[in-house]
Amino acid sequence: MTTTIAEKTREITYLEAVREAMSQEMRQNSDVFILGEDIGVYGGAFGVTRGMIEEFGPERVRNTPISEAAISGAAVGAALTGMRPILELQFSDFITIAMDQMVNQAAKTRYMFGGKGKVPMVLRTPAGSGTGAAAQHSQSLEAWMAHIPGLKVVQPSTAYDVKGLLKAAMDDDNPVVFYEHKLLYRTSGHVPEEQYSIPLGKADVKREGTDVTIVATAIMVHKALEAAAELEKEGISVEVIDPRTIVPLDEETIIESVKKTGRLIVVHEAVKRGGIGGEIASMIAESEAFDYLDAPIKRLGGLAVPIPYNPTLEKAAIPQVPDIIAAVRETVKNK
Amino acid sequence: MVTKLNLPTSITDEKLKDLYKEMWLIRYFDEKVDQFFAKGLIHGTTHLCVGQEASAAGSIAVLESRDKIVSTHRGHGHCISKEGDVNKMMAELFGRETGYCKGKGGSMHIADVEKGNLGANGIVGGGIPLAVGAALTSKMRNEDYVVLCFFGDGASNEGSFHESVNLAAIWDLPVVFICENNQYGMSGPVKDMTRVEHIADRAKAYGIPGEIVDGCDMIDIMNSVDNAVRRAREGGGPTLIEMKTYRWKGHSKSDAKKYRTREEENEWRAKDGIKRFKEALITSGVLTEEEAKALQEEANREIEEAVRFAEASPEPSIDTLEEDVYA
Repeated sequence: MTTTIAEKTREITYLEAVREAMSQEMRQNSDVFILGEDIGVYGGAFGVTRGMIEEFGPERVRNTPISEAAISGAAVGAALTGMRPILELQFSDFITIAMDQMVNQAAKTRYMFGGKGKVPMVLRTPAGSGTGAAAQHSQSLEAWMAHIPGLKVVQPSTAYDVKGLLKAAMDDDNPVVFYEHKLLYRTSGHVPEEQYSIPLGKADVKREGTDVTIVATAIMVHKALEAAAELEKEGISVEVIDPRTIVPLDEETIIESVKKTGRLIVVHEAVKRGGIGGEIASMIAESEAFDYLDAPIKRLGGLAVPIPYNPTLEKAAIPQVPDIIAAVRETVKNK
Repeated sequence: MVTKLNLPTSITDEKLKDLYKEMWLIRYFDEKVDQFFAKGLIHGTTHLCVGQEASAAGSIAVLESRDKIVSTHRGHGHCISKEGDVNKMMAELFGRETGYCKGKGGSMHIADVEKGNLGANGIVGGGIPLAVGAALTSKMRNEDYVVLCFFGDGASNEGSFHESVNLAAIWDLPVVFICENNQYGMSGPVKDMTRVEHIADRAKAYGIPGEIVDGCDMIDIMNSVDNAVRRAREGGGPTLIEMKTYRWKGHSKSDAKKYRTREEENEWRAKDGIKRFKEALITSGVLTEEEAKALQEEANREIEEAVRFAEASPEPSIDTLEEDVYA
């Protein structure tokens, strides 16, 4: 583990870590404010902003109408004129309605203007399936955003990471799309009370191993770690890498790991077709690590179906721990 | 007989003369661009505002320097009126390194952030939420600037328009929405694309004032926008002003204008905002015929100079291709 946290640090949830990161920043920087739907007394769709309007008031915790195009654009316009807005979208699926402002405006403004102006904003939004919210409230669309030059894309997997990465995102002078996984909100971890920053573009080796590298994102980091613990009993040593940010992507850490293990599996919840796993696999195929590969690269991702409602179907639509275990066994069979 | 013009107090005689020249700068700039496109000397596309000089010049005339504007794809006039530099504009259209966007933006992305021009926009209605955000900054930081948000009749059917006007209204933001209704969204006549007679009528739906002005009448425009800007600055919130106008040229460079008649074009040409402004200035004794001619010639010379500047400017280096994607 590259991130060692003292045992004595208190434990808080991922959700509390997000709130703490925002609140600490807002206490010291009056340019930072948050806007979004139902983020006021309601506390946000998932309760992330609970208590914030009481502390910061309605000017800096701006409860908005249900107008994703306007509120995303207002965030871009405010950022372009000197503020550092945090936009909360209730569900990451709703980025479809904010797409013009994120893709055609926020991402391109600086380049189109010949390097003048900047758009320091963070779009925070809950992503992923597992809550029974079905097809329009469960998607993982991060690869869309990763495709757009000008945006940065973050997918924290732990309470520790989410606090440090959000600090870095708020400090960044570019538009950052920050995906919070809904099922991770209630997970806990050791999180320092003071502010700290985890650089965007620095992967974390969540578990060291020698036989196979698993690159996993968001909730799949935990599934990969569970699989790795299981496989250890069979004498298979799995290295789990969490890129933490997919734009920028820490290619070096992944390449070095694959050179060591000679095997690569990429796991994400997003639909496999066109997912970021294809990008990571191609990056390895084009790199010096290719010559070190002892087995074909495997990609595990969501099936090409809308997320279904029924819990059994919902689980079956995305990779689960047994799928990862099976993929690892297959990959290391000629070891 | 000299009749005094009814004008906002900030508009001096000197300012009126500047405005007259500015209108010619806009017209000559776009006519020059039109010629270059016709000859194939500029690539890409462009949207000309010949005939719409008054809505740009008159609206921006009443602003303070610290105020901001958000422009549209038909934005050359807005940029010139917001203290724009015609050399940098022409160089940008030529794709040169000395252009406003270092040759990377072209006609649809000219911006001058330092002068408070937050940019033309290639997406119809795309700039409207940005104007709301800029006005939010003004309010939150007490910066005391107002944002003029330009858009066309076509954009008034975009969802971003409705969402943005509503948001600005509930937050009492210092923004003035200016719809330059030039009668067509590309080929779509406004009367076929909206059921209301006036786009300004839509203001009622958001609980804000709506006003219709003759978009070719500089005096009316200045008074109307001045009132709205003052109201916005005093915390009274947004206003929607519809300016009835007409683009003399086609939508973009490749437009055969099959959707309208020559008679209609001639009717609107007769309402020429520059001609009417000149008449008003001469009647009121602000300007003589000779002075008017001199100002017009000065504008022409400045545009010719802008062309020389653009032509003499270097192309951007290929090394700059990947610069400025991120701050």
